Amino acid sequence: MQATPAVSTGEKTIHSPKPYWHPYWAGLWLGIVLFLSFFVTGNGLGASGGLNRLLVFVEDRAAPEHVDRTPYLLKMAGGDVNPLDDWIVFVTVGVVIGGFVSGWFGNRIRWETVKGPQINNPTRWAMAFVGGTLMGYGARLARGCTSGQALSGGAVLSVGSWAFMFAVFGGAYALAFFARKLWN
Amino acid sequence: MAPFNPVHDFGKWPAYGLYFVIGLAFGFILESAGFGNSRKLAAQFYFTELTVLKVMFGAIIVAMVGIFGTSALGWLDYNVIWVNPTYLWPGILGGLIMGVGFILGGFCPGTSLVAMATAKVDGIFFVLGVLFGIFLFGETVDHYAVFFNSSYYGRFTLMDLLGLPAGWIVLGVVVMALGMFWGAEQSERVVGGRDLAREPRWRYGAAMAMVLLASLVMIQGQPTTEDRWNFIAAEKDALLEQRSVQIEPVELISLMHDKTLRLTLLDVRSEADYNQFHLRDAIHVPLSELVEYSKQLQLVAQPAVFVVIGNDEVAATEAWRFLQAETVPNVYLLSGGINGWLDRLADESLGAMKKTTHETDELAYLFPVAFGDRLGPSHPSLAPQTEFEPKVKLQRKKGPTGGGCG
Repeated sequence: MQATPAVSTGEKTIHSPKPYWHPYWAGLWLGIVLFLSFFVTGNGLGASGGLNRLLVFVEDRAAPEHVDRTPYLLKMAGGDVNPLDDWIVFVTVGVVIGGFVSGWFGNRIRWETVKGPQINNPTRWAMAFVGGTLMGYGARLARGCTSGQALSGGAVLSVGSWAFMFAVFGGAYALAFFARKLWN
Repeated sequence: MAPFNPVHDFGKWPAYGLYFVIGLAFGFILESAGFGNSRKLAAQFYFTELTVLKVMFGAIIVAMVGIFGTSALGWLDYNVIWVNPTYLWPGILGGLIMGVGFILGGFCPGTSLVAMATAKVDGIFFVLGVLFGIFLFGETVDHYAVFFNSSYYGRFTLMDLLGLPAGWIVLGVVVMALGMFWGAEQSERVVGGRDLAREPRWRYGAAMAMVLLASLVMIQGQPTTEDRWNFIAAEKDALLEQRSVQIEPVELISLMHDKTLRLTLLDVRSEADYNQFHLRDAIHVPLSELVEYSKQLQLVAQPAVFVVIGNDEVAATEAWRFLQAETVPNVYLLSGGINGWLDRLADESLGAMKKTTHETDELAYLFPVAFGDRLGPSHPSLAPQTEFEPKVKLQRKKGPTGGGCG
């Protein structure tokens, strides 16, 4: 990308990962995509909604009676309703493939565990799972994740989305000191 | 006027293809920004590298200026785009839980997907955790549904909260974000030891461009109800001319007895006339308060039909125009108004006398006392009616009916 500052470190082999975009440059493009999404479809971006529906689809296969008896799940998959028949599922699939394409062109697809130097892989995996569980639970409770609530709702100036956004940053900063061994 | 209703306007699979392309671009940018890398994300919370803040607020201000800029120009209808409804405390508690999850796990749901796509093992574990968390939520939420649905403020924007025009808030958010960027860079310099001289100079130009654009949005202002009507006047006045939105009393009676839709009767007459006689369940909304009230009408669950009622048709037509301008779906007006209604349905029980002459939009009947909705003609039964050509055609709401997190 043109705006990426030339910080080429190390020898230039085909396999070295390319540098990431400059944050402001990425912000500009993310903003343009978010705007176009609102302009054309009336909706912003999202990610956790697609995972939610994927999960409900599996639940509906495994225990349809249970889904029919749980009000929250019933809305998405009760009776003959297919939880995957929804636009957000296609956005989510697009995110995965878009991430893969970008990683491919940036030589960043490699089987690895990214972690701080003081912990081992199993610790990192366990914390990732625990963090993910909290994220998934919180995202449902807040009716949206960082993309669907903070980013999209923030751009259209929803009060709830701004309060949510500060809560996410607040929660993370409040605990950052105690979790410093994980990352530094 | 944008936005479209893709599934309805383009067909299901083309629309889903469009959503896939949007997701593709989203994922591509997330990965390119480095959000597939958990250490880069976590660095945000140790003040060494504030990429998360820069990308996120950069995107918010660019999209916000685009949305309110095109709205100011009359290209985009802000009334129908999806604004996340505010459930204040569930949102804040969920946000705090997510913040904890963020610092422990190193991702948010969207970024973990691109981490998984680039074969990061921690990303895969995180995605599994997200699915497990969603599973737990689905199993437990019905035990505290009251809290989950509490502190609901509907479509509640910063404009409503602060009582300021949208343009001012757009400019304020841009200035605030630029201040945060400056603070972030200082933090990176002091804590992260970054050499700011190596940062690209175009960021100053970009910052100035954002302030300039936001100022233009503020100067232009958002369209008033009158402006919004002018955007659509030609098309909508034709409907009035053809009398395709003025429904006859017989059709309204059948709607009153139709249990499959939500009928809202909006009585725009004076309070005195309303107290003399009105249709059962009609809501009294003076014309001057209608535009404010229309925000609530946007939230009525579909399928909904709104019928505005005046004494004759002048005020009702005006009200119809207001509601069209504010993009309330499925609005009709009562043909002939209350006077026409009483001409058709008055019987001996009415106890009212018809005036020999009356001004336009004046109540043509004299009531001995204020009957309100206690008379038979306020709620006629569904007797075998004459055949009629129905004019009400339920249209899908123009914008989305749900957000990205359903």
